[in-house]
Amino acid sequence: MNPDLQDLYQQMIMDHNKNPRNFRVMPDATSVAEGFNPLCGDHLHVYIKMKNGRIEDVSFEGDGCAISKASASMMTGILKGKTGGEAKALFEEVRAMLSRDVNSPVDTEKLGKLAVFAGVCEFPSRVKCASLAWHTMVEGLEPTGKQVTTE
Amino acid sequence: MSPLDVIKIREDFPVLRERVYGKPLIYLDNAATTQKPRAVIETIDRFYSRENANIHRGVFCLSEKATQCYEGARHKVKVFLGAASDKEIVFVRGATEAINLVAATWGRAFLKAGDEVLITHMEHHSNIVPWQMLRDEKGIRLKVAPVNDSGELIMEEFRKLLTGKVRLVSVVHVSNALGTINPVGEIIRLAHEQGARVLVDGAQAVAHRAVNVRELDADFYVLSGHKLFAPTGIGVLYGKEELLEKMPPYQGGGDMIRSVTFDQTIYNRIPYKFEAGTPHIAGVIGLGAAVDYLREIGLDKIAAYEHELLEYGTKKLMEVPGLRLIGTAEKKAAVLSFVLGEAHAHDIGTILDRSGIAIRAGHHCAMPLMRRFNVPATTRASFAFYNTKEEIDLLAEALREVTEVFK
Repeated sequence: MNPDLQDLYQQMIMDHNKNPRNFRVMPDATSVAEGFNPLCGDHLHVYIKMKNGRIEDVSFEGDGCAISKASASMMTGILKGKTGGEAKALFEEVRAMLSRDVNSPVDTEKLGKLAVFAGVCEFPSRVKCASLAWHTMVEGLEPTGKQVTTE
Repeated sequence: MSPLDVIKIREDFPVLRERVYGKPLIYLDNAATTQKPRAVIETIDRFYSRENANIHRGVFCLSEKATQCYEGARHKVKVFLGAASDKEIVFVRGATEAINLVAATWGRAFLKAGDEVLITHMEHHSNIVPWQMLRDEKGIRLKVAPVNDSGELIMEEFRKLLTGKVRLVSVVHVSNALGTINPVGEIIRLAHEQGARVLVDGAQAVAHRAVNVRELDADFYVLSGHKLFAPTGIGVLYGKEELLEKMPPYQGGGDMIRSVTFDQTIYNRIPYKFEAGTPHIAGVIGLGAAVDYLREIGLDKIAAYEHELLEYGTKKLMEVPGLRLIGTAEKKAAVLSFVLGEAHAHDIGTILDRSGIAIRAGHHCAMPLMRRFNVPATTRASFAFYNTKEEIDLLAEALREVTEVFK
C-alpha cells in the first residue's frame, strides 16, 4: 500500500475504529454536544461529566469514517482527569498538528499517542474528520447550544 | 452499428492524460460532472479569442456573429432534444435553476393551496427543496412515491398517489445515486390521464441515452451542460411552447423586455422572457459544441457501450468480498453505488484516490434516499463512454486493497 496511506491508516487508528473506547451514551453527563459534517456524514455526540473542575468522564457515540471515530475514541481516552483548561490546550495542540505544513515537526511530548494523527495533514480533505470530535468537545466545555461542524 | 472505439475517444479528452500521485487518472465521477472534449474546449477558446461580443444588441459584425453562434447553439439543443421549436429551449445555469424557474413561475402562477406535487423517493435535493419552498409559500402538498429495495419506483404506489389533486409530477429520469432509469414515458402517460403536468429531471440521462422530449410528451425537461461534456454554469429548461407562453417571467432585467417605461414593461417573447441579463454566452456555445460531438458519435452507440461497462463493472464489483450494491434496478444506467463491509465511504474514497481513482463518497445530494436504504453514505463509481474495462479492473483491485485495510 501507498506509504501515505499506511501513515493515515496506522494500526492504532484502525484498532480504535474497530473497537472504539468510551463509545456510549452517558445519561448523567453534565454536558452533551453534537458534531455533524453534513457533506461527509460524520455525526457524533460527545458527553462530558465535570466534577470539581475536572473531566471525570467523557464518552461519545455516533457514526463516521475511521478517522473521525478513531480520533473521538483516542480523545476520550486522553481527556479523563484533565481540567477544562488542559483539555483546551490539548485541543490547540491537535489543531496545530492537523493543520501544520507536512514537513514541520510534531510535538510528540505534548501530543503523546495522538501523534498517530500526524499523517492526516497529508490529506487535506480528511482534516475535518480528525478534528470534529475535538471541536465538539470544546463546545461541550463551553456550550453555546450550536451544532458543531468542521466542514 | 459499429462498436465504439474507446481508445480514439479518449484522445478527445485532454484531462484523461493526467496523472494523480504518479498514477494515470481513472475518472469515475461522471455523475457529478463530465470531462470536456477538445471540441468543446477549442470552441470556447475560439469564441473568446475571435468572436466575443455581447449578443442581441450590437449592430457591429462581431456582435452579430456572437448572436448567430448563441442562437445556433439553441437550435442544436432543440434538435438534440427533439423539441418542436427553438422557442422551447430556455438557457439557465443548470438543471437546478431550471427546476427553480418552473417552481417560481409556473408553480407560483398556477398552483394554489391544496394542489399536489408528486415526486419520488429517489429525487436529488434540487427536485425536492424547490417544491418544499413552494409548499411553504403557497400551501400546496408535496407527496413522495416510494421505491423498492432494488431502487425502482413502485408503480402501483405511484398510481395510487396520482390522484386528481396532483397538478405536477416532478420526476428524475435517471437517478444520480442509484442509476435507476425511471419509466418516464409511462409516468407521463399516466399523469396526463389525470390532467397533471410532468417535469422530468434529465441531468443524468442526456449524456448517456437518446432523449426525445416530444416522443416522451414531457411538459418540462431539464438538464445541466456540465454533465453533458459542456461547461459548468449552463443548463437547459425545455418547456412546451403553450406552457412557456402562459408563464410569468422569472427574473427581470435586460433582454427579457420589449419595452420599459417607469409605469409599465412589456415582456419579450419566449424564450427571451426567461433569459434576463447577459447570459453565459460562451457556455451556450460550448454546449452546442458538446451536442455536435455527441451526435457525431451517436448516443445509441454510447448507450450500448456504457451498458457493457455496467454489466462488466457489476460482475467485477460483486466479486469484491463484502461489497453490497445499493441500487440494483433492472433498468439501470452505468452507475455503481455501493457499501463495502465496515469501511466508511470517505475512507474508501481516500484510499482509491491514492490509486488515481476518482469516485464520489457521500449522500449524493439524495439524503432521503440514503435514509431509505439505511446507509449514511455510499461510494459511487459513475461511468462515461471514455471509461474502460481496464479501469474497472483497477477499481476492483483497489477495492480489495480497502478490504485488506479494514479486515
